[in-house]
Amino acid sequence: MTVRVQEATFDFGAEANAFATGRTDAGAVVTFTGIVRDLATTELSKMVIEHYPGMTERALEKIEAEARDRWDLRDCLIIHRYGPMEPGDMIMMVATASPHRVDAFEAAEFLMDYLKSRAPFWKKEYTGDGEDWVAAKDEDEDALSRWD
Amino acid sequence: MIDVLYFAWVRERIGLPKEQVETSATTVAELVDELVAREERYAAAFADRDALRVAVDQDLTDFSASLAGVREVAFFPPMTGG
Repeated sequence: MTVRVQEATFDFGAEANAFATGRTDAGAVVTFTGIVRDLATTELSKMVIEHYPGMTERALEKIEAEARDRWDLRDCLIIHRYGPMEPGDMIMMVATASPHRVDAFEAAEFLMDYLKSRAPFWKKEYTGDGEDWVAAKDEDEDALSRWD
Repeated sequence: MIDVLYFAWVRERIGLPKEQVETSATTVAELVDELVAREERYAAAFADRDALRVAVDQDLTDFSASLAGVREVAFFPPMTGG
């Protein structure tokens, strides 16, 4: 079980490989990666992610512990970056390992839904129109209710 | 003394990331009332409390939370991780 909050980029392939390789306890590994995308009406030049050092790690560990309670997980990895990023850069990844495919998929979705709205990260986008904080979406909050 | 932290646009509106506050407030809501009474920039940041989230000693809570024994209070907009 690993939680990493870091400014540096990470090697998704190497992380996924290290997570999945040599496992005999879990037949199912699911990974998800979030990438900076350019959906702004004017060109996105940069994204900066702010976070709350200390609380971020705590919140992610809590979310991960909750996932382990709910599903049969043998391992779990959360990496989330902060600081400046460009379109195409990887922001974060989660990986789950379980003996069962459904558990691995559901736990990965749960981790994503929770870390979107419950881990203290804030995205700021820099475009041709200036800079703006990304607003939280109602549907992200709604996504949490399916896990109640 | 309580450490009060601000993040994202709350930090920008107030103009600083962190300050130590001497307060007699017993709840988060009372602390906000005290801050708002100080200066316009606080009033601007806390104008819409429904648009804000609060953490007490690094746990998410709400404005009715007690400040008894608390070391750190943080204010920020809804989170946008992932």
